[in-house]
Amino acid sequence: MGKTLFEKVWDNHIVDTVDGGQEILFIDRHFIHEVTSPQAFDGIRKRGIGLYDKNRIVATADHNVPTKDQHLPIKDELSRLQVDMLTHNCEEYDIDLYGLGHKNQGIVHVIGPELGVTKPGITIVCGDSHTSTHGAFGAVAFGIGTSQVEQVMASQCLLIQRPKTMRIIIDGELGNGIYSKDIILYIISKLSTSGGTGHFVEYAGTAIRSLSMEARMTICNMSIEMGARGGMIAPDETTFEYIKGREYAPSGQQWEEALAYWSTLYTDEDAVFDKEYVFNAEDIEPMITYGTNPGMGMGITQHLPTTTEVERPDNLLQSLQYMGFTPGASLLNTPIDHVFIGSCTNSRIEDLRIVADYVRGKKKADNVQAFIVPGSKQVEAQAKAEGLHDILLEAGFELRGPGCSACLGMNEDKIPKMEYCVSTSNRNYEGRQGPGARTLLVSPLTAAVIAVEGKVVDPRKYLNEEALA
Amino acid sequence: MEKFSTLLSPAIPLVQENVDTDQIIPARFLKATSREGFGEHLFKDWRFDEQGHPKSDFILNNPEYSGSILVAGENFGCGSSREHAAWALVDCGFKAVVSSYFADIFKGNALNNGLLPVQVSPSSLKELLAAVQSNPMTFIEINLEAQLLRVPEIGIQEHFEINPYKKTCLINGYDDIDFLLSQKEKISAFELKHIEF
Repeated sequence: MGKTLFEKVWDNHIVDTVDGGQEILFIDRHFIHEVTSPQAFDGIRKRGIGLYDKNRIVATADHNVPTKDQHLPIKDELSRLQVDMLTHNCEEYDIDLYGLGHKNQGIVHVIGPELGVTKPGITIVCGDSHTSTHGAFGAVAFGIGTSQVEQVMASQCLLIQRPKTMRIIIDGELGNGIYSKDIILYIISKLSTSGGTGHFVEYAGTAIRSLSMEARMTICNMSIEMGARGGMIAPDETTFEYIKGREYAPSGQQWEEALAYWSTLYTDEDAVFDKEYVFNAEDIEPMITYGTNPGMGMGITQHLPTTTEVERPDNLLQSLQYMGFTPGASLLNTPIDHVFIGSCTNSRIEDLRIVADYVRGKKKADNVQAFIVPGSKQVEAQAKAEGLHDILLEAGFELRGPGCSACLGMNEDKIPKMEYCVSTSNRNYEGRQGPGARTLLVSPLTAAVIAVEGKVVDPRKYLNEEALA
Repeated sequence: MEKFSTLLSPAIPLVQENVDTDQIIPARFLKATSREGFGEHLFKDWRFDEQGHPKSDFILNNPEYSGSILVAGENFGCGSSREHAAWALVDCGFKAVVSSYFADIFKGNALNNGLLPVQVSPSSLKELLAAVQSNPMTFIEINLEAQLLRVPEIGIQEHFEINPYKKTCLINGYDDIDFLLSQKEKISAFELKHIEF
């Protein structure tokens, strides 16, 4: 029997199998950031051991860095302490750090691919659940807890139970105005926030093949939002083209050897998945979430579910009460207070281009505060070089420095209580963007159109004739 | 890590499904650099109002309910990988969480901190929640050695699964790092023949 893409990569990293079926999995690349690493460094110190291999670790500061005045000392004392501790730890252990002010600083899941550290066929972990992002390159990449961060620092391995496999096929062509964010929100709305638990997902099908690397990253990024351990897409020409020439990409003879190996990374025809789903791209509308977990999403023209349509009406009511919505209602024309474009899901150059393309020559609505937080210094620089910066500023958007920002509100970028934020991020949990904040997850295009209109609208109605042609 | 032995305790019923780690501990409290002290922020926005006063309608603030077992709705611990969620529960004295389904990363984090995730069938969970809600002094017995959860009063006796290696770790208070450090020779040998482009 053939192997799945996941099995090919996973099996290539098994050091040993121990009693009870747990496997010792070798980890090629370990990303760390300021929030989930201090306790791991502390553990290493207390045990009196060193790092297994400092060269396999890449560090950046992203979760609680300010997005304004990044050149000044961090005002929030606890955030500053945490960021300083990362700097101190990286100095002590001689780890490459892309800290605040560095030209490569940014959200860990944006800079990994951008630097060419993320590659097909490798294993990647990070103390962050959105590590699944890197699976877009055909890597086995997943989030871990701090005890596991310490394990990998100490031994370059994880002791882990092999997940089950799942394939999600999306065939067909996406409609105009529909993006990869809509695909993944659609999948999660169908499978629920726990539908992927215990599984590693492979995304396949003609609709996935046609996507750019940025768009693939958005899909793999949100695998965790259906509970999946990770998500991956088989590498192809699009992948190779993206990697070629990046700072840590192989070159010369090594590039040829890498290509030969990477080209073997696909699911064999006779491989078997534990679970399989097939969806049709033509069925996907622009998506929006209405509730307090990422599974509570719908097509933007649809109506909210009623209490008779769900298994647990009490949970639905609690969630809608938090959001200030009524069962069975439409979200169209709901006034919006904030539009946030950013996060490891949608803060890459392509996302900024989509937004800039739409808002060129337009103005954001007066009732909306719209802000864009690029995923990295490199994205920020490229946006400036392409002139996107000016377009966005003229449209009334505020442009900030890179970081996780309002996705999780660890820094000052919080959404006030009971206010609505249309966000390109990945989680709409209660209080995620600030205590009492109400989050609606959408694609960058939908966010851009809503920023201009000031209320929830179907973005397809606002695309010009030229774009429709 | 503290050794896990048999647990006999009343429980606190949290009926909510899909409890995510942002609820267990909101991101703004993740700025500490040690593992201690997260308990005061456990379920912060459900437990306290903006002035920091306990909300009387939240189950953890109901003095009738106590104990070291949390019985929670399906899909407990989804979302962020923050281990701080497990640390906060342990810091508040919880030794086990019972649910019909756990998110993967939370489950691993709990096991790495001596907090036992006990997965029971959806029907048993429903009965357990009902029993504990109606009688806060319902005692739940969790026997890790026998992998049994028992509530004799309502006739529940259910076997639960746990990885045998993880079980040994919990019973003896070992952690994975001790084990992995003992495997260093194998790991180095693997690395020598491992090709990464």
